[in-house]
Amino acid sequence: MGREQPQQQAQPPSQMSYTVEQLVALNPYNPDILPDLENYVNEQVSSQTYSLDANLCLLRLYQFEPERMSTQIVARILVKALMAMPAPDFSLCLFLIPERVQMEEQFKTLIILSHYLETARFRQFWDEAAKSRHIVEVVPGFEQAIQAYAIHVLSLTYQKVPRPVLAEVANSGWILEKVHGRGHQLIVLPRNEFNHPEVKKSAGESVPLDHITHVRLTYAPAMPATL
Amino acid sequence: MASTYDYEDTANHQSQQTDIGYDPNFVPDSVKSFVVHLYRHIREKNVYEIHQMYEGSFQTLSDRMFKESPWPSVDAISQYVDQDHVFCLLYQEMWFRHLYARVSPTLKQRIDSWDNYCSLFSVVLHGVVNMQLPSQWLWDMVDEFVYQFQSFCQYRAKMKNKTEQEIVLLKQFDQAWNVYGVLNFLQALVEKSQIIHILEQEKEGLEQFTATDGYDYNGGSNVLKVLGYFSMVGLLRVHCLLGDYETGLKCLLPIDISRQGVYTSVIGSHITTIYHYGFANLMLRRYTDAIREFNKILLYIYKTKQYYQKSPQYEQILKKNEQMYALLALSLSLCPQVKLVEETVNSQLREKYGEKMTRMQRHDEEAFALYDELFSYACPKFITPSPPVFEERLVNYNQDAYRLQLKLFLYEVKQQQSLAGVRTFLKVYSTISVGKLASYMEVDEPTLRTILMTYKHKTHAVDPDGKVISTADVDFFLDDDMIRVIESKPAKQYGDYFLRQIVKLEGVITDMDRIKLE
Repeated sequence: MGREQPQQQAQPPSQMSYTVEQLVALNPYNPDILPDLENYVNEQVSSQTYSLDANLCLLRLYQFEPERMSTQIVARILVKALMAMPAPDFSLCLFLIPERVQMEEQFKTLIILSHYLETARFRQFWDEAAKSRHIVEVVPGFEQAIQAYAIHVLSLTYQKVPRPVLAEVANSGWILEKVHGRGHQLIVLPRNEFNHPEVKKSAGESVPLDHITHVRLTYAPAMPATL
Repeated sequence: MASTYDYEDTANHQSQQTDIGYDPNFVPDSVKSFVVHLYRHIREKNVYEIHQMYEGSFQTLSDRMFKESPWPSVDAISQYVDQDHVFCLLYQEMWFRHLYARVSPTLKQRIDSWDNYCSLFSVVLHGVVNMQLPSQWLWDMVDEFVYQFQSFCQYRAKMKNKTEQEIVLLKQFDQAWNVYGVLNFLQALVEKSQIIHILEQEKEGLEQFTATDGYDYNGGSNVLKVLGYFSMVGLLRVHCLLGDYETGLKCLLPIDISRQGVYTSVIGSHITTIYHYGFANLMLRRYTDAIREFNKILLYIYKTKQYYQKSPQYEQILKKNEQMYALLALSLSLCPQVKLVEETVNSQLREKYGEKMTRMQRHDEEAFALYDELFSYACPKFITPSPPVFEERLVNYNQDAYRLQLKLFLYEVKQQQSLAGVRTFLKVYSTISVGKLASYMEVDEPTLRTILMTYKHKTHAVDPDGKVISTADVDFFLDDDMIRVIESKPAKQYGDYFLRQIVKLEGVITDMDRIKLE
């Protein structure tokens, strides 16, 4: 859930990312591309873009040659994966990281943060994130991405959410300010098929046209010209 | 043949190789006759006969004369087949496969088998092969290739009891069964065969592949194309062994598993494909996709396994069948969408795992032990692809990969612990206040709100295109502090009904046409 922002690099990043993506698609099992993939992670961080495929490719190469693993890069990949929630990217990355690496302090913290997000414990999440600024603030756009995830979960769940709940989940102080003396207020969330069942398009099974034409062709033109 | 092994790769019925009684240069008459005929059939591209000999005669001779010893060496038989280089590579491939199945291979033999695959695949990749081989054999090659890789990684990771000699060999032949080599061979077969392009062209009607079961009726060879095709399944399998489920599924994408295809033409390939597809989806939390595919294949096996009773694949089919029931039990415990399961499959499932599933849904300590048990029984044999660090203390690290995947799976199960409780209440109430439900569940209100949001998050998977799909069997939404349960009426299936009636009508009209009126 990263957002694009204008970048100030010498080489237009879009050109670099095109080449790396090509490498990942055409020649992924190649130890020589490891430095390119590492640079690409840093580029994703600074330009607020994201590529799961490239990052998985790198984690695989680290698996094949553990002595070349950079825990700093891995940490960045994990933060980016957290920002991709609700997609399960964080778990996908963990599957590829050896257990003993996951025992290191910074990874333990990231796993706890992921756990809080997966179980919708937003208040604990923001508390813990505040304590671990050095890990998460390395990646610009982190707070906005998590807020977007929080809003996503809220809009799946609530038609109308109490303002304090929204403020806590989204970690947004300014929402709480408005509550002063006005008592309990409700925010109405955008309608979607998950919080408004009537909006849900009918499960509608669609019958593709070629199923019917196929049936007709099986029984060759048998209809007489006149009935 | 590739998997009558338990996790530790030491099946009890295997014997160690002894020099007593095995003379690699002795060629019994039946073997001489076998290779002469097989060679002729291959030259004459008589696929039917090749298949009979490959599936039938080879098994019979193995059972009769080579129950616990290898076949005669390739050097001994090459004189009967004009020293044909390619035939010798094929013979060696069968030779090693037989070895792995009956006798425990030595390190040197593992390395030699790798060399043989390199030579064989190189010949195929150079495009100079003009044979037509049965799909069964081509599938077995890829399947065995991946299996021997997996076996090698397991073997190499058990460093504790390695002899000096073995360590020297391992250091010397560090390219053998190297993970880059394995992956790049599979990738090369996919690319050189242009199979992805062929499959796409086939959709437009510009190519024939599935329709001919991969065989080439224009005088060409099916070997590269079909090996390329099966290599996609091979890649899925290797990626699952590494724990990279997302990429594994990507490798399988060109094959449309909602339809028949060349992958269903060989039972082993069909089962391996769906087993790994289902497992990958289970780990990706796409439970309904896993359930649907397991359901389909378990039903298929139920109906067809009688036809394979005499086949060498029978044991393997049964084993995978049991494992997939276990995976289905896991999937359904995490995502109770029972209506996705066919009646026959469901009753088999109840018989095998009914009681365990009830206990698993309680999400207590005992439940976790059961999740552990089923997962460990049914999971692939994960590997650590990197070679050992010889300078460090020699330990066994062959279980590391499995332990990590198990730990992460159980972690996910734990996160879903509270969901079962919510589900029970939602099934009973149409509306209930947050306060009331919180007191029933013996938690405070803020905790209940997080549980409800967790339920929503866990039951709404994000598909590869970023779309949100609900896998919830019972759903709700919150209106401030009232929980309103969403009624889900199963959609009436009109489409099927209409199609059936159309077919019936056509039938009647055809019949009427046949009536000759005086």
